[in-house]
Amino acid sequence: MQKIQSFTFRLTALAVFSLSILTFSASAQNFEKAPPLPKGMTGSDTNDPRAKLSPGLYDAGEISLGIKHISLLKKPAAFQLGTDDADSDKVKQMLGSIGIGDMTKIPKPDRLVLAQLSFANSDLAFQGNRLFMGNFYGMSIYDIADPANAKLLTSIVCPGGQGDVSVYKNLLFMSVEMPNGRLDCGTQGFAPPPPPPAGQENNPPLPAADKDRFRGVRIFDISDISNPKQVGAVQTCRGSHTHTLLVDPNDKKNVYIYVSGTSFVRQNEELEGCSDGMPDKNPDTALFRIDVIKVPVAAPQDSKIVSRPRIFTDEKTGAIAGLTDGGSHGDDGILKRPNPTDQCHDITVYPEIGLAAGACAGNGILLDIKDPADPKRIDAVNDPNYAYWHSASFSNDGKKVVFTDEWGGGLGARCRANDPNVWGANAVFNLSDNKLKFQNYYKLPAAQGDSENCVAHNGSLIPVPGRDIKVQAWYQGGISLMDFTDPMKPVEIAYFDRGPIDPNVLLLGGFWSAYWYNGAIYASEIARGLDIFELTPTEFLTQNEIDAARSVRTPELNVQMQQMIKYPKSLTIAKAYLDQLERSKALSAEELANLRQTIRDAENSKLKKKDAGKLKKLAPSIEQKAKTASGADAARMSAVAEILRKPAL
Amino acid sequence: MMKSRYSIRRSFYRSFATALLFAALSISIFAQQKGNDVKPVIVQPGAPGQPSKILPANTTAVLPPISQKDVEFMQGMIMHHAQAVEMSALIDSRTENKELRSLGARIGHTQAEEIAFMKRWLESRGQTTSMTGMSNMNMPGHDHHMTMMPGMLTAKQMEALRNSKDGEFDRLFLEGMIQHHIGALVMVRELFDTSGAGQDAELFSFATDVDSGQRAEIRIMQTMLGKDPK
Repeated sequence: MQKIQSFTFRLTALAVFSLSILTFSASAQNFEKAPPLPKGMTGSDTNDPRAKLSPGLYDAGEISLGIKHISLLKKPAAFQLGTDDADSDKVKQMLGSIGIGDMTKIPKPDRLVLAQLSFANSDLAFQGNRLFMGNFYGMSIYDIADPANAKLLTSIVCPGGQGDVSVYKNLLFMSVEMPNGRLDCGTQGFAPPPPPPAGQENNPPLPAADKDRFRGVRIFDISDISNPKQVGAVQTCRGSHTHTLLVDPNDKKNVYIYVSGTSFVRQNEELEGCSDGMPDKNPDTALFRIDVIKVPVAAPQDSKIVSRPRIFTDEKTGAIAGLTDGGSHGDDGILKRPNPTDQCHDITVYPEIGLAAGACAGNGILLDIKDPADPKRIDAVNDPNYAYWHSASFSNDGKKVVFTDEWGGGLGARCRANDPNVWGANAVFNLSDNKLKFQNYYKLPAAQGDSENCVAHNGSLIPVPGRDIKVQAWYQGGISLMDFTDPMKPVEIAYFDRGPIDPNVLLLGGFWSAYWYNGAIYASEIARGLDIFELTPTEFLTQNEIDAARSVRTPELNVQMQQMIKYPKSLTIAKAYLDQLERSKALSAEELANLRQTIRDAENSKLKKKDAGKLKKLAPSIEQKAKTASGADAARMSAVAEILRKPAL
Repeated sequence: MMKSRYSIRRSFYRSFATALLFAALSISIFAQQKGNDVKPVIVQPGAPGQPSKILPANTTAVLPPISQKDVEFMQGMIMHHAQAVEMSALIDSRTENKELRSLGARIGHTQAEEIAFMKRWLESRGQTTSMTGMSNMNMPGHDHHMTMMPGMLTAKQMEALRNSKDGEFDRLFLEGMIQHHIGALVMVRELFDTSGAGQDAELFSFATDVDSGQRAEIRIMQTMLGKDPK
């Protein structure tokens, strides 16, 4: 073990050393002059300490507030080119394989990373002590029983796009959307045909339909975690960019998968029934819908598409392209029909409230999902500052929805001083009576550099009772915790950031997803690996609030299927509420001291009858105060009173 | 006889039980070892219903091929985007329409950034960033900048846009930009309609993002033209 460690250390040191030489010797890339900040808008803050961190792949400067980094597991070799030497034969061979003969034309750092996205880490799912991390090249499975000492168990090699991942019991689901995806998980893709004969260069042939191609949702059986098997594969017309697992509370035999396809529609010759185009010309178009797969849990090989809901249909007119239908215009005949919203990027379902929030390109939508195979749109919003509706999360009480705008698709630097703080941001909406109402934006406040891809991306709720807190990935912008308890004033309460991978070249990296799972934050770093963090107390989040969050446990987590957090009626939870009532000055110092002392006594005596009785006696007065307190504080006080009446440790 | 048979059987049972116990013990020891010092496995699943393969521990990743169409798409899109940036730059001195100024700023900003991305993609693959292939062929005096990508505004349309102001400019800009964006969608479609193209992950994501992003912007512009009540 010692030997292995020191060998690994030497290898790492060598890698870091050779990389730093590469970086040093690289000629500075001239960034295109960044476009100016539009008039009347505010950009990101260059005075934030995160704005000027030193670069590096594994030795970049790091800074954090309220977050402690506990480990980084580097990306497995199976998902890398396996060399840090830009002049190596391996690199030469790789470049040759994609058609580049003379590699001296390519700047050295670029040679190593030109495959960045092809091997990028992506989304995460959790089950028990296991973490599943998607990758454009397959998937990695980790043992996280001890977060400080997590271990890689299995790498699944199976390329085909971003590999969005979900897990349910012994079944693992994976999205495939790219044209290189193969039914047999082969890595070779499909060879381009020979060039067209002279004179026909401008008449490119349609893609040769290939029965070996796979675009859709794969299903693996993970009963043996060291030997996952593909047991099902459901082909879809647009492939699967993301998917959402939906467990119907009323159906234990089946689970459902909502497939969001954002890519091109393939030919009918490759997959029967697939066709493209606007619905007025082609009512069967594969655009303007999502696909719903029904998975019989005991017979996953029989999974199939059971419905193709037209969720953009106009209820009144029945028009399939109902979210726009601008009609043709332009008298010069050049303009064609408009291209309205025809896809969802991601859908977050919340089975316990029977709703889903869809982030659907040009719109945010709300769906009624009480019948899983027949989701119905009940509201839709748009926003002039939004480029691309990317993802959604509900607050735990279902009264708010946070949407994200992935302006630039995550490939570009979008968090600089000249990038407006309402573009590529979160948008917080209130939700009542099935209507969404915009409240405010939230964007990572710290300015990032020209070589850091950055925009709002995936996150999850942190179960702090009495508050709405979301941990979120911002690619190379790092990780940010947003408190949106007051939807008009979402604020940052903690963060972690690293410097850019490279100071001169935008090398794709940063956090794809950052999720809270059973006491720790897990983040998939596109280029570097798996990062694991803990929360530490600050004035914005106390130890009691962190302890309360840590006391909430879930056996399985697929973030796009929200499960209602049910807080135990414990003194741990009560203490978190008291800290919040202190912060908002809703209780006096004297009242707080008394409550805290009584709780401490009860904890010390393991809730002896006498101490439990004292707690109970404090309940009525705090309940009385709740009647005159403000909304959030009133709820906190009522919750404390309820715990005091029937406390648990 | 009976006894002896019994004892044989008993000793058989006893040794069987011992073997079982031993097996159970070694499994648990093995499992423990596995738990303490896990050697990760690399698995390549087969098609549905087929067994998976265990790959050697030194397996590293390989890339799918890139095609000539990929390169041409990027080179063409740089030229295409450049016109959108040019169009957006006209806004400042020609209209006070707040909504349009904001939208135009975002389009110009976004497409300028994307041009940088496309150049980077091409340069990192040893390719030129413009479609110079044509101008090198026996066409003296041929101005390759005149090559039009789908949806690009003609010189006449650009002239009209430059010479307009206020309401007229707003209309020409929106109509022109919708036409321009639709052209980008055509280019993406052509890319994916070409066999062997679009398998590079960055190019695939970029092209898909251009497609969805521009569809969304078309929708916003339709609304601004008053043609698109939600």
